[in-house]
Amino acid sequence: MTTTLPAYDEVVARYEPVIGLETHVELGTNTKMFCGCPTDFGGAPNTRVCPVCLGLPGSLPVANRAAVEATIRIGLALNCSIAQWCRFARKNYYYPDMPKNYQISQYDEPLCVDGYLDVEVNGEPVRISIERVHMEEDTGKTLHVGGATGRIHGATESLVDYNRAGIPLVEIVTKPIPGAGAMAPEVARAYVTELRDVLRSLGVSDVRMEEGSLRCDVNTSLNLPGEQWGTRTETKNVNSLRSVERAVRSEIIRQASVLGAGGRIIQETRHFHEDTGDTTSGRSKETATDYRYFPEPDLVPVAPDPTWVAELKAALPELPRLHRRRLQQEWGLSDLDMQSILNAGAVELIEATIAAGTTPTAARKWWLGELSRRANETGAELADIGATPKQVAELQGLVDAGKLTDKLARTVLEHVVAGEGSPAKIMVDRKLEVVSDTGALTAAVDEAIAANPAIADKVRGGKVAAAGALVGAVMKTTRGQADAKTVRELILERLGVQG
Amino acid sequence: MTDLTSFSAAELAGLVARGESSAVEVTQAHLDRISAVDDRVHAFLHVDTEGALAAARDVDSRRAAGEPLGPLAGVPVAVKDVLTTKGVPTTAGSKILADWRPPYDSTIVRRLRAADTVMLGKTNMDEFAMGSSTEYSAFGPTHNPWDLSRIPGGSGGGSSAALAAYETPLSIGSDTGGSIRQPGAVTGTVGVKPTYGGTSRYGLIAFSSSLDTPGPCARTVLDAALLHEAIGGHDPLDSTSIPAPVPDVVAAARLGASGDLTGVRLGVVREFAGEGAEPGVLAAFRAAVETLTKLGAEVVEVSCPHFRYALPAYYLIAPSECSSNLARFDGVRFGLRVGDDGVRSLEEVMSATREAGFGPEVKRRVMLGTYALSSGYYDAYYGQAQKVRTLISRDFATAFDQVDALISPTTPFVAFPVGARTADPYQMYLADLFTIPSNLYGGPGISVPCGLADGLPVGLQVMAPTMADDRMYRVAAALESAVGPFTPPAL
Repeated sequence: MTTTLPAYDEVVARYEPVIGLETHVELGTNTKMFCGCPTDFGGAPNTRVCPVCLGLPGSLPVANRAAVEATIRIGLALNCSIAQWCRFARKNYYYPDMPKNYQISQYDEPLCVDGYLDVEVNGEPVRISIERVHMEEDTGKTLHVGGATGRIHGATESLVDYNRAGIPLVEIVTKPIPGAGAMAPEVARAYVTELRDVLRSLGVSDVRMEEGSLRCDVNTSLNLPGEQWGTRTETKNVNSLRSVERAVRSEIIRQASVLGAGGRIIQETRHFHEDTGDTTSGRSKETATDYRYFPEPDLVPVAPDPTWVAELKAALPELPRLHRRRLQQEWGLSDLDMQSILNAGAVELIEATIAAGTTPTAARKWWLGELSRRANETGAELADIGATPKQVAELQGLVDAGKLTDKLARTVLEHVVAGEGSPAKIMVDRKLEVVSDTGALTAAVDEAIAANPAIADKVRGGKVAAAGALVGAVMKTTRGQADAKTVRELILERLGVQG
Repeated sequence: MTDLTSFSAAELAGLVARGESSAVEVTQAHLDRISAVDDRVHAFLHVDTEGALAAARDVDSRRAAGEPLGPLAGVPVAVKDVLTTKGVPTTAGSKILADWRPPYDSTIVRRLRAADTVMLGKTNMDEFAMGSSTEYSAFGPTHNPWDLSRIPGGSGGGSSAALAAYETPLSIGSDTGGSIRQPGAVTGTVGVKPTYGGTSRYGLIAFSSSLDTPGPCARTVLDAALLHEAIGGHDPLDSTSIPAPVPDVVAAARLGASGDLTGVRLGVVREFAGEGAEPGVLAAFRAAVETLTKLGAEVVEVSCPHFRYALPAYYLIAPSECSSNLARFDGVRFGLRVGDDGVRSLEEVMSATREAGFGPEVKRRVMLGTYALSSGYYDAYYGQAQKVRTLISRDFATAFDQVDALISPTTPFVAFPVGARTADPYQMYLADLFTIPSNLYGGPGISVPCGLADGLPVGLQVMAPTMADDRMYRVAAALESAVGPFTPPAL
């Protein structure tokens, strides 16, 4: 590995990157693609299996209509044409986590073709062309044990869990994206982000990259201006939006380094490493694997009724980009404010918080302020931070009612995030409520005056600013739970001074 | 009392229903017969004595309790070892599955149980149904009850020989290129390939998915129809299963048995009625055509010009599909595993398992198919064969515009001696010359005994349009009523 890599700015000034993305989405259907086994996560190994998804001799697949429907809806949302007749195909290769030693997929007859997805990169619209959307089945999972790395090399045995085998997958493939220049990493990220939002709005998948329900392979190549596109590499193991961007950037730099040293790019699969941000070489694709694709004879062709497709199209939800535009107007936000919400991935959270009964300003303040700060600190997604929109709305309600000061509210929020329950409950349990009982407060004020006669005299003598020290003393005895303004007014009143 | 094994399934069902014989008596008689003759015939790979007697006792007790029973209640049936049977060994005639006990029943077997039949056991076959003589069974050949030195056809030789040897009145086969009809012809029994999609493939260990068709085997046309009715019909577990009721094959068989074919137009396939068949076979076939004419049928000659390409097309399509279907036999999840010594790599273990587990004919076809599907050859081989398939289907469609059904000899030659054709695969492949077109088209075909040549049975094949299985039953039953029965010499 080269120790001195060229600077990114220099690289993109010299080379033009071309990227392409292949995204696998696990559909959230109740049952698997070709059998009735449940798809839910987390069962003991090999408990979500039957003769079909184990590929036992004699078993036969039957296509899941819900999966076909979800795929058509994805295709429609991505502005694709829906095939009136298409077939599944067998992709033949040997691997122990593939029960039949072929994967049922689609080859030259995908269900959806020729679409596009409009995304925004730094406020500029970019149209990403979609080549195809097709259906296939997932493989099982292989666990290599006994070695140091968890990889097959050095392992003493391999265990296979077929629970995942046969989970419905949709593969979404872009056409090559040239012309993004230095923005190529951002374009890749914007595309995957927008795609994720579209899929989420369709309700077809839980689109969690960390859990693998949304998986992304990034193709990258470099060429000199005016020359043919270069050899591409395919980077796998890209498991977050941030990684998509980093993987493209890292691969652009690596390829430039190879080319700059007079080398050539090998067509290969590369693995992205979250910790280092590098890619390392995987399987070479120079000698193309012959998958011997042929139409799957165990399944009848898929021929969706055009009326059905039209119904699905009419029933598509408002897609995220239009939805966001509408929200921005409703919330009265500037482009910049809206952009910061988008960047934080907080649109839906804020929307839900407003729906739970608070104002756009307050909702935005909490999610982009305190909660975003915490998310950045812990590296968690905002949605997984531990506070729900309903809790945030409730917290703001307590502030609005004068029961919490802003400072107290932040303390309560900390406990909410720690999972201690609702803001109201935490406020009571932890005695964080603003002290509004004037009797108790007056006693505390009198005590402070009595304890600080010199300061009290100064205030009586007209040095009103000196009252700050008395306020501080009262706040100390009330453990910060009094409203400072109220305390100040009370002190001045007791000392017979006009505020 | 006559030996219970000499009765037809229809007669046995009547005896049991009327209480004249118990299901246990009927079952025991057939188990005894198997014990007496199967060491010479070798029709069975596994006899499920306990399971059969338990099923028979169940039928008897439910009959005694007055519960309603299926139309074939208490009638024994043997099942080709290519269909999964829950907890009962299922080998597909291969060493690679020698010890496999499936955790599930095939749809056909499930329906046989639902019909209250009694499953005697599993019958011998060419490995993975690839062959025409059962000589490619990993567990040794089956012998033809007409002449034990000869083969019983294949791949379902066990199912047909078991009928001819009176070891069972009914059996199940599977027909990919003729594996029900050709053994039927050379053992003097009835074999039916239903319309593709008319019988479920769920639990049928796949050889060639687009061609494989399970079907009934019996000694009489009516028995075959009764069995067909019991196992046929739509199955939601098989995507290629046709969502329509089974044609009324039983009524058609009864109608045909009256011996009247007035108004029926039959077409002799010109390409299959001349060269390519043994003289004795052709003579018996011509005599059968005369008989059909006498029964009132109008017989004309029809040309199906593309049928001559059926055999080469079949030997691209079937091996291609089998190369993929048999990929799952890798020693990882079930069946044989060879060389797992902690030293060999996964790939080496898979390879050693397949090397040791598959026989020569299976390997030959897997290699042929792998080649035909590979990049750069696909269009020239698999793609081209699919086009031929379309042309053959058009030949059928054109023919069925002119006639109700087509007829031909079932197979070009009578039962040949064991070992006569194993040296040259092509000579073996020719056995299916006349049966393959129906598989490529998807329509039904039946083989019914029509005469003898040199003392060995000859079969007549009747081919009908898809989902018109009833037509061929009528013709076959009429011929049967006029020429039968053909009984093999005593074993």
